[in-house]
Amino acid sequence: MLTSNVTFLFSISTIKIFTTFCIFRSVDEYRKKEYKAAVKIQSWFRGCRVRAYIRYLNNMIIIIQKWWRGYQGRRYFRKMVETAYFIMKMNFYNEMAVRIQKRWRGYYVRKYTHNYYALKKYLEAISVNNEIVRKELNEYAEMKEKEKEKKDLEKKEKEKEHQARKMHYLLSTEQIAGIYNSPFSKSADPMELLLRKSKPLSHSQQPAKNHLICELCDRSNCTRSPTFPAAQPLPPIGRQKPQGPFRDAAEVLRQRYKPLEPTLRVAASINSLEKAREEIKREEWRNRVHDNEFLPFSSYHKNEKYDPSIHRSGKYGQETYGVKHFREVQPKKWIADKDFQTVLPSIVLFERFGKTYSRTGQIV
Amino acid sequence: TQRNTQFTEDVTTLKMMKTSQAVGVMALLRPLLLDVVPTIQQTAALALGRLASYNDELAEAVVKGDILPQLVCSLSEQNRFYKKAAAFVLRAVGKHSPQLAQAIVQCGALETLVICLEDFDPGVKEAAAWALGYIARHNSELSQAVVDAGAVPLLVLCIQEPEIALKRIAASTLSDISKHSPELAQTVVDAGAIAHLAQMILNPDAKLKRQVLSALSQIAKHSVDLAELVVEAEIFPVVLTCLKDSDEYVKKNGATLTREIAKHTPELSQLIVNAGGVAAVIDCIGSCRGTVRLPGIMMLGYVAAHSENLSMAVIVSKGIPPLCTCLIEENEDHIKAAAAWALGQVGRHTPEHARAVAVANVLPTLLSMYMDTHSSEDLQVKAKKALKNILQKCTYLPALEPLLHDAPPNILKHIVGQFSKVLPHDSKARRLFVTTGGLKKVQEIKAEPGSLLQEYINTINNCYPEEIVRYYSPGYSEILLERVENYHPVL
Repeated sequence: MLTSNVTFLFSISTIKIFTTFCIFRSVDEYRKKEYKAAVKIQSWFRGCRVRAYIRYLNNMIIIIQKWWRGYQGRRYFRKMVETAYFIMKMNFYNEMAVRIQKRWRGYYVRKYTHNYYALKKYLEAISVNNEIVRKELNEYAEMKEKEKEKKDLEKKEKEKEHQARKMHYLLSTEQIAGIYNSPFSKSADPMELLLRKSKPLSHSQQPAKNHLICELCDRSNCTRSPTFPAAQPLPPIGRQKPQGPFRDAAEVLRQRYKPLEPTLRVAASINSLEKAREEIKREEWRNRVHDNEFLPFSSYHKNEKYDPSIHRSGKYGQETYGVKHFREVQPKKWIADKDFQTVLPSIVLFERFGKTYSRTGQIV
Repeated sequence: TQRNTQFTEDVTTLKMMKTSQAVGVMALLRPLLLDVVPTIQQTAALALGRLASYNDELAEAVVKGDILPQLVCSLSEQNRFYKKAAAFVLRAVGKHSPQLAQAIVQCGALETLVICLEDFDPGVKEAAAWALGYIARHNSELSQAVVDAGAVPLLVLCIQEPEIALKRIAASTLSDISKHSPELAQTVVDAGAIAHLAQMILNPDAKLKRQVLSALSQIAKHSVDLAELVVEAEIFPVVLTCLKDSDEYVKKNGATLTREIAKHTPELSQLIVNAGGVAAVIDCIGSCRGTVRLPGIMMLGYVAAHSENLSMAVIVSKGIPPLCTCLIEENEDHIKAAAAWALGQVGRHTPEHARAVAVANVLPTLLSMYMDTHSSEDLQVKAKKALKNILQKCTYLPALEPLLHDAPPNILKHIVGQFSKVLPHDSKARRLFVTTGGLKKVQEIKAEPGSLLQEYINTINNCYPEEIVRYYSPGYSEILLERVENYHPVL
């Protein structure tokens, strides 16, 4: 019993403790629940606030980005438009340039390279020139023909005259009419007239002419047998030997007409030494490849010191007048600040040099 | 002594002799060369020369008999008559063949001959120059040997001498030296030969002019620079007077000179044309007959080949009729071939040129030459080329018509091609083509389908309405008759 009492007491106390514990625990749990609920509510609310803020930020960012992208796009578009415009313009310019070049090349080729009219004129000039040349050549040929005929005629005449001279004995006399002077014909034959005019030939002239001709001809083609040339001149025939202690005539003639055999000293001309020297000099000059003497080495004289002239060296070294500036400048005496104006205007065309196209092309 | 003299004189005059007898005679003559009396020596040398020049076996016998060294030694010592005779012997031996000339060079004759060139007597100089010329003629080594012996400056001095025979021989020797190679020609030019040769063109002697013109043309033929040097000596228009000379060979050599100058560059040809050279050459061709014409024909061909303006200049100077007459009249094939080549060069540039050639009615002649079995290969090839070149540019249809009927297939395709180019654009030509029977002939041509000829034929057929093409196609009358047979009349 006691134990039961104890246990009962024990249990009541524990029950009391337990109930207080329970009560405290339920209070605690309720507090916890409340706490958790409060936390939940607060966290949700904070979350809402933050989300609202983020949404706000998002919207702002969207607006900024929208404007920025719009700007970039418009810039890009502007560039595209500009390039397209530029390309269009360049195409147009190229077209126009092609037209100009086409015209110019056609003109140039037609005028200078394949000039039809110049070619035509040239060919006409050639035909005219040919005509002239042909005419001149024909005249030349005719002239030659005439000369030949004249020569032939003259030769015939000469032959006839020679014949007449040889046959002079056929001339008619008072008593006997010659063969060319028939008594039945009214006038004398032309041969008869020639005979009357000509002088009879003398015999001594003939052999000398032949001898001369023989000397000049080529011996290898000579068909006559060669004559034996005399080794020494023969003495004149038919002379009586002169009385007295005279030498043989042939010997005398030989001595008299002995050819001169000058000594070397006489045979050499007075200025042969100089001539020989000249000869040597000329030979040397001819064989020399290069006439100029060898020039000294280029840096041979470079260690010369430069002496400036008196006019240009000043007290403290060189003066710059004459080297760096040429006119005295006294700015204190100037009336105005500006420089002189040129009388002639500048040439407009030369100012456009390098600027023939507009500056639009330089955008790209 | 008298007997020896008589003997040698007899030998000199006796020309017809058997070789064996002659060799015996030579053995007899040899000791006479060393005879005391100078006349006998000279006559013996003369006799030897006569024998050697007659026959090349005798010349060989002279060489084998060791006569040459004797001659060479005595050449330097003896008087002028002996020198002339000895030089005559050397010339007679050297002219037959290169080997004999080489034998002469080997026994040292060249130096003595060159010394002879300095002699006072013009006869000696002439004989020495002649001997050197005959030696140098054979080939370029011998020419080089002659030049190395120092002959060229002396020859140029010889040209300036007053004797005409000496000038002739010296010019002919220079011509023989310079013909082998450009270096030899340059050596001759360096000695100053051109100016003297150019002056001598005006000389009235015909044989001299022959040699001078030949020498200048041998110099000018090697290269452009040499030709320009020759031209700078102001030979034009003096050379043109030579083309009108009465001597045939002067004309031939003058034409050769202009040809050698014209063939190098268009500028040189232009120079000749401007000086009126083309007219002179054309007249020259017209007045000569035979091989003399050949250089003139070739000169026209070369001038026309350079450019179309020059070719037009040839046409305008009335160059085509003489070329046609040459083609027709001449008997030799090589002259005909040259004329055909020249015509081809004239006509190949543009349709205008081809028209000028075609109007002269040469195309049938060229075709007949190409087809003729008797003509030589060379002539056939040149005629074919000329024909092809002209046909490819010819648009003058009346000249092409007669060719349609006779031409072989390879020429025919060019002709039909030309028709196919011209007919689509010209209606009058189309009408003429039908009326002259050309369309009929074209239908009769059998061509492989797909070949060029078939294409041309198709192009021509497309120019005409179908009925007329069918009308002219072969066998059309049979087709019509068949239709008549199969026709059932409507009653």
